[in-house]
Amino acid sequence: MLRSLSQRTWNWLDERLNLDELIAHAKEKTVPIHKHTLWYYLGGMTAFLFFVQVVTGILLLLYYRPSSDNAFESVQFIMTEVHFGWLVRSVHSWGANLMIAAAFAHMFSVYFLRAYRKPRELTWVTGILFLFIALTFGFSGYLLPWNELSFFATKVGTEIAGVIPLVGHFLKRFLRGGEDVTGATLTRFFGWHVAMLPAAAAMLLMAHLFMVQRLGMSSPEESTDGADNPSHGKTMLFFPNFLLRDLVGWLIALGILGALAAIYPWELGVKADPFASAPANIKPEWYFVFMFQTLKILPAKILFMDGEVLGILAFGLAGLVGLLVPFLDTQSGPNRTSLIFTVLGVVALVYMVAMTVIAYI
Amino acid sequence: MLKRTTAFLYIGALFWLLSSVYSQPRGKDSCVECHQKMDGELQEPAKKITNDIHYLRGLSCYNCHGGDPSSDDMEVAMDPKKGYIGKPKPTDIPQLCGKCHSNADFMRDYNPSLRVDQLNEYGTSRHGKLLARGDTKVAVCSSCHGAHGIRKASDPQSSVYPKNVVNTCTKCHANPQYMRGHNIPTNQKMKYMDSVHSKALFGKGDLSAPTCNSCHGNHGASPPGLSSIAAICGQCHASQYEYFIASPHKKAFKQGGLPECATCHDNHGIKSPSDSMLGTQTESLCINCHSQGDKGFNAANKMRDRIELLKARLEQSEIVLNRAERAGMEVSREKFDLIEGKNKLIKARVLIHAFNPNEIEKITNEGLAISVSTQKAGERAMGDLQFRRKGLAVSLIIIFLVVITLYMKIRQIERVASRPDEA
Repeated sequence: MLRSLSQRTWNWLDERLNLDELIAHAKEKTVPIHKHTLWYYLGGMTAFLFFVQVVTGILLLLYYRPSSDNAFESVQFIMTEVHFGWLVRSVHSWGANLMIAAAFAHMFSVYFLRAYRKPRELTWVTGILFLFIALTFGFSGYLLPWNELSFFATKVGTEIAGVIPLVGHFLKRFLRGGEDVTGATLTRFFGWHVAMLPAAAAMLLMAHLFMVQRLGMSSPEESTDGADNPSHGKTMLFFPNFLLRDLVGWLIALGILGALAAIYPWELGVKADPFASAPANIKPEWYFVFMFQTLKILPAKILFMDGEVLGILAFGLAGLVGLLVPFLDTQSGPNRTSLIFTVLGVVALVYMVAMTVIAYI
Repeated sequence: MLKRTTAFLYIGALFWLLSSVYSQPRGKDSCVECHQKMDGELQEPAKKITNDIHYLRGLSCYNCHGGDPSSDDMEVAMDPKKGYIGKPKPTDIPQLCGKCHSNADFMRDYNPSLRVDQLNEYGTSRHGKLLARGDTKVAVCSSCHGAHGIRKASDPQSSVYPKNVVNTCTKCHANPQYMRGHNIPTNQKMKYMDSVHSKALFGKGDLSAPTCNSCHGNHGASPPGLSSIAAICGQCHASQYEYFIASPHKKAFKQGGLPECATCHDNHGIKSPSDSMLGTQTESLCINCHSQGDKGFNAANKMRDRIELLKARLEQSEIVLNRAERAGMEVSREKFDLIEGKNKLIKARVLIHAFNPNEIEKITNEGLAISVSTQKAGERAMGDLQFRRKGLAVSLIIIFLVVITLYMKIRQIERVASRPDEA
């Protein structure tokens, strides 16, 4: 009875939407098998963690109140009074960090496997833009509990934005909603965090996934017997073989998230007091630390320019180069890699790790 | 060229005008000029006066000593006919300083906010009264403030700066030979330096902490009478004072000739109070007057018991809350409530000065209610923690089982898929 009902529903939908064709396409979709296949799972992992963020974020919205008078108390309420509120909030905070870590790992794996080459340039661009959006998510979300650490980190972060030549002052005022970090900043950050950024992220993610589906997985040249074509090498079916493996990864990630939330619940800290002096050793979230540390150690003047301004411009340029890598790297092709871009990638990775480590020791 | 010269002239004129407005030429001051060239103690006043607040405000030697500073001739400059009085006698010093310092009109030009009743106050002081009787060994203005290098009391180098007052007073008061005949102890400094007040002043640098003049007065310095001690301590310890004067001890201490607060807390060597001072144990002070069976003895016991009970309960709550906090549980609101519980304990300790066990019971009950609620919250948090850990364990087992199942499923699918190839 139930089966016939679902069959009838399917037939009804298929008649109108031609779903069988889609299913047939999905059944044919394959994923190359080689020694680097493991990296393919990072994209799905990032998407899964983003999904966790969306779900937990929506749940937090049921209780969170975005004002300087209520934000801290509402998060405190979520952590103590709401059933499983502690779990939702801790998973959201830990999930954000894991998602950004997964996104970075995904980006570097794609970079070193040269998966950005033609015809996947736009897949890379949407991915990088998604990473930028994820970082903005992190920056805006950090302030929302309105605690001491996040308040001062936002103050420092927006101060740095104010140093950018020409647009700095406007940008700082725009970010803060005034000259200083106040309740107006919180309201603004909340707006971006729950409306603008999710909309942008959803569109980018859909475009990214559409392109991944349309173009298939890229295969590194060394594993395809000289031809950059997955059909020449070993493959596995995307559905169900690859998806089931993805699912295993997601379940493990879910277990890790749960364990982190239960054993190391995300701290709430002390409510922000704009009149208090800044606590010692303020640091941004770990994924911004390499930039923060660089600006800290740069000399005040480099030639005729402000050290800090030069640092910010350099990071801006690096971000732009990162975004345009597929168009700049004209050397890489089947069986051919660009030495410059390999070196650039290694230098960037080592630099980011080293600066982060230095900041924490 | 002409324009430039005119501009220079204008600028020059402007400088001359400004310098004449802002600099106040002191004029000839032969006293300082001559004494600076002398040796030893005759040179000393001229050296010191350059930092003197009076000198810095335009006054000089002749304003106190008289004479004519415009003359280089010593005979003329120090001519008694020109008002020269030489070194003033100690008995004349209060009047000499009071000539200006008691004159509100005169002081308005220099320091309008400074009081002008020092001379009157001095007359009421022990020092002033003895001086009036002809005792020239007592302190006069210059004994404490100095004569030629007088600085503002807020200047850390001033002899009457809070941190320097003890040494200034004990220059005489800690000298048994000098104080001979006055029949007062000379160990005040030794006792004070070991007191809680000195620790606040010198240890924490708290300039509002009491030093000699805070209790004895400065210009009207006197030993407090037995019945005014509570009022003196009450200047800072206002609540304790209010409770004490309304308590049965006020009357009893007066009848017994006991020095109010100092009966239990001492005078110069006041130690940080502890709960052990209360009660009927061997180290308690109540048993100095009360003995087994009397009303005060029982009251002392009851009050101490209540304090100890509240203290122990608050400690227990804190231990549980700290444990929960270390485990990552959110208990900041309960910890904040616990502060209120601790405030009740502090209030109870203050309320001891009313010596009323019923009042102590009331306030400690309020504290105990807080300790119970915070303890429960802490235990609930620990219970939640256990629940979370058990929940995590169950979830991880389920996840593990699903992962194993998926793994088997993947293997099964791939085995089926590879079979036709094998065939």
